Amino acid sequence: MSTALESNIRIQREDFVITDEIEAIKKASRNIGGIVTFLGTGRELSKGENISQLNFEHYPKMAEKKLEEIRQQAIKDYGIIEMSIIHRIGEIEIGENIVLIVAAGEHRKEAFKACEWAITELKRITPIWKRETTSTGEVWVQDTP
Amino acid sequence: MITVKYFASLRNVAGKEEEQFDLGNETTLEKLSDEIEKTAPKISEMIRGNNVMVSVNLNVVQPGAIIKDGDEVAFLPPFSGGC
Repeated sequence: MSTALESNIRIQREDFVITDEIEAIKKASRNIGGIVTFLGTGRELSKGENISQLNFEHYPKMAEKKLEEIRQQAIKDYGIIEMSIIHRIGEIEIGENIVLIVAAGEHRKEAFKACEWAITELKRITPIWKRETTSTGEVWVQDTP
Repeated sequence: MITVKYFASLRNVAGKEEEQFDLGNETTLEKLSDEIEKTAPKISEMIRGNNVMVSVNLNVVQPGAIIKDGDEVAFLPPFSGGC
């Protein structure tokens, strides 16, 4: 796979390979003993409507900056060793990968906590927007649970 | 020049992706809003009602923010990244 695995923060059009990302983060330290991943994928049903396609847009530079802030804060506050955050943009089909968070710690406990915090924080502070295409047209999603 | 960017749903509201304003060396968000009102009144209304998130040079700012020549201002609708 030719994806640039050297960076822990990436916003990209192309898909990612989860096992490649896990192997990459393992290289951060031989003390890693627990790795937790969160994978977000394209869901067909939203608010009772069938979605045929998703489209993600971001604010270049600011979105990467926010993801890096999340990574650094997760390492500092939860005591994990490393975190990777990858978010796709552009057209996403139902069932395709959207976002991957990999939290690697010495033990599972801090990795679980950091991973859950990071996806919530990503949704809260990162300038990325989702547009859903349904049978009635296209709509920018304004509120996400 | 101040560069103003509109993202996602706000691009549809503004009817454009980006525009530039020459407002001297230093101005305020409110004065920029006065200029925006001439071409995108709905955006201006949202700024005045504090109903839109605004960033200057990639940092979120509050009403009354100072904007300098060369700054990049962006209007950001509610985020919906993730899944």
